[in-house]
Amino acid sequence: MGNYFLDNEDIQFLFKFLNLREIAALQETDSPNGDADYAPVDIDDAVDNYWRVLELVGEIAADYLAPHAEPIDREGNRLREDGTVELHPLVRENLKRMKQADLMGFTLPRKYGGLNCPNIVYTMATEIVSRADASFMNFFGLQGIAETIYAFADEPLKEAVLPRFARGEVTGAMVLTEPDAGSDLQAVRLRAWQDSDGRWYLSGVKRFITNGCGDILLVLARSEPDIIDGRGLSLFFTERNERIRVRHLEEKLGIHGSPTCELVFDDAPAQLIGERQRGLITYVMALMNGARVSVAAQSLGIAEAAYRLARNYAHTRQQFGGPIEKLPPVAQMVVDMRVGIEAARALVYHTSCVCDMENNNQRLLEWKTDLSPEEKQHRRQLARTLRRINAMLTPMSKYYASEMACWVANTAIQVLGGSGYMRDYAAERYFRDARITTIYEGTSQLQIVAAVRAVVAGTLESALTEFESHTYADETLHRLQRALIDAKPHLLEAIAFVKRQSPGYLDLVGRHLVDAAIVLICGHLLLRQAEAWDRKRFVAERYIRSQLPAFKMCCEQALAGDVLPLEAYEVIAGPPLPSG
Amino acid sequence: MPYDCIVCVKQVPDTANITAEAMNPDGTVNRAALPAIFNPEDLNALEAALDVRDRFGGTVTAISMGPPKAADVLRECLYRGADRVILITDCRAAASDTLATSYILSQAIKTIGRYDIVFCGRQAIDGDTAQVGPQLAEKLGLPQITYMEELVAIEDGRIRVRRSNGRGWQLVECSLPLLITVAGNANVPRPPSARRIMRFKRARAEAEIVAEVRRLMPEAPEEQCHQEVQCRLQALAAQQLRIEQWDLERIGADLSRCGLAGSPTKVHRIQSIVFSKKGYRDIPPTEEGIRQLIRELVVDRILG
Repeated sequence: MGNYFLDNEDIQFLFKFLNLREIAALQETDSPNGDADYAPVDIDDAVDNYWRVLELVGEIAADYLAPHAEPIDREGNRLREDGTVELHPLVRENLKRMKQADLMGFTLPRKYGGLNCPNIVYTMATEIVSRADASFMNFFGLQGIAETIYAFADEPLKEAVLPRFARGEVTGAMVLTEPDAGSDLQAVRLRAWQDSDGRWYLSGVKRFITNGCGDILLVLARSEPDIIDGRGLSLFFTERNERIRVRHLEEKLGIHGSPTCELVFDDAPAQLIGERQRGLITYVMALMNGARVSVAAQSLGIAEAAYRLARNYAHTRQQFGGPIEKLPPVAQMVVDMRVGIEAARALVYHTSCVCDMENNNQRLLEWKTDLSPEEKQHRRQLARTLRRINAMLTPMSKYYASEMACWVANTAIQVLGGSGYMRDYAAERYFRDARITTIYEGTSQLQIVAAVRAVVAGTLESALTEFESHTYADETLHRLQRALIDAKPHLLEAIAFVKRQSPGYLDLVGRHLVDAAIVLICGHLLLRQAEAWDRKRFVAERYIRSQLPAFKMCCEQALAGDVLPLEAYEVIAGPPLPSG
Repeated sequence: MPYDCIVCVKQVPDTANITAEAMNPDGTVNRAALPAIFNPEDLNALEAALDVRDRFGGTVTAISMGPPKAADVLRECLYRGADRVILITDCRAAASDTLATSYILSQAIKTIGRYDIVFCGRQAIDGDTAQVGPQLAEKLGLPQITYMEELVAIEDGRIRVRRSNGRGWQLVECSLPLLITVAGNANVPRPPSARRIMRFKRARAEAEIVAEVRRLMPEAPEEQCHQEVQCRLQALAAQQLRIEQWDLERIGADLSRCGLAGSPTKVHRIQSIVFSKKGYRDIPPTEEGIRQLIRELVVDRILG
């Protein structure tokens, strides 16, 4: 009888530290309840509900999901001859438990049977689920499909589909990638055509589709054959039917419980979502932003699992006459794993809260009928500000948390040594599972492209100014804040330098600028937490002390003006190699 | 065809997670060190009843006898899907042994009236007697099937059950109504439902409301407290959040058969076991804990 929420003091601390009352108040304002009898009576009641839901998620994660993770990883799912997928029996068991617990309509409004939880609570839940089984997160974490339908589909479709999601009867997939359209979704070719009665049909192939065997598919397809870029794409809704076949189930490095499908659409009937031509530029972008926060949370969960394994091992494994945690290099690994997790968690949860503010602000702006002109004006301005901040924080979170997870999972194996390399321990599974997080929902390189634009455009500076205006009464915290403030000009100098170079140079050193920006943001976030919990003082201090030298290195690399990877590519990389 | 089920549930000290502080030096149980939990096999009994309802329709009523705090497990029943819950609480029922307990439960079940199946957990983890279920069946004049491992079928007023007989299993058929005690391996109890937690977390029994009002208004005169209690109870009833509470009069119990007076059991001797071994390691009593231990033994070449 474990509980992955109640045994995690950092998540519980953040639950209390982050201003969930404010977010709950926003979330509950004018939320469509229908005739639901489980709506909270006030804001405190709503926050109490969030806590209880996380307790429930924590219990299910520890008692049901975690014990199943190993057999599911070993045995995986199976493709039947008729082009359907047989999920591992324990995956089906997991889905049944989540359904019984009513956790599959996590963020949907109560009107459709959902729990109406804000994104931050969903993010915490996603982390907790992922700690138990990272692959199962791809069922739990795909609730963004339902959110997208809620945000952009018409009411009849919402009423037909959303309650089925909330009841846990269906799972979904976002069907975007094709063999020749991976990171570059503008190249999507899958054809959407209309018959003389205006009904839509889909025809073509999609690849690497997470849970592509799910019941509800949101498909990005080319509805305008004459427009070759992203503006020719629309988003379609379709349910599993015999005209959609799973041709191939991928064999992957990790997340074996999550079926990754190649789908063939053979004139499958479909329904247009929202407006034509806005598929990629509006709807998929919104869907992906949510999914990026989910993957960031998944990364945290995997890292947490790997960390706990390593921390226990370091404590119990005896070498040289004592536990190996007494050895300085091991102590350093363990401490920096934990600090890395807490820094990433600070960033991801902060981002998730900003998402809640943005989403709810947008919802009120669009749906609330009695807004005064002043409030409307205020909310419009707020929407612009929040969109700008989120355009930086979301890719930054996804990038940092996923890279951190890979590093932590890798280091966990190192702490376990030879045992970590063996399949006797879960460390190697965590490592394999972590590896996808820097790739799907946009690679780290793409996250950097998105984040660095905001970093150089001044969004970073305004965010930092806000952090810097806070005054710390405590001397240590004040000193650490000072160190961050004193470091900032170095980064601004690097940014100014990069802006004077060619656009290609920005892409070349984008990673250094984003890495440096993350050090400052996470440093400030941890300092704020340190005001509320003494333990965090040490975390913040270790983070800032260990990361400021790395920060300086990043700035100097950006300032070096080295373009050899571009100019001397052929010389250094050599001529193209014969394949095979 | 729908079936009405009654489930008997009990709140027990968590004896599965015993620490060195579980017993006081004088040999009595240190309740503070043992959190109160839902008796594990009663969860299996509840699951069996909910499963019957899911498959055939009908209702699930959960009853618990105990102090007001036992309302906790009844709320848990509501979270998992029980239609109706009843708390049987009365200070004159304190110190009841299995004979008195089964008598009180039988009176409560007779008061409920209509039912097809009564489910009990195989045994409680505090007393470990496994007596209450069988005694209850006798008092209700019902046939009983103990140690159910699988409910195979219900049709035409007859039920077929696979029961453990210790070394193997037996397939038993019986007419309804009957009483069944459920073993821990019969099913995997469902988790609570988030929506029902949000709905029923404020469900309260009268005794809890009385305690709550006393805590909030310690100085207030009796009459004012009483009014406040009535007011709160009405509000709860209006939201269908009032947990029914029955005392011994309500179930028409003969007081001489309840509590200490109705309990012939005498405790012969209590042994206090004191942990004295130094230098041990905690292995969590979970799959993962055991697996970890075995791995370490394998890695150290002690096993295998």
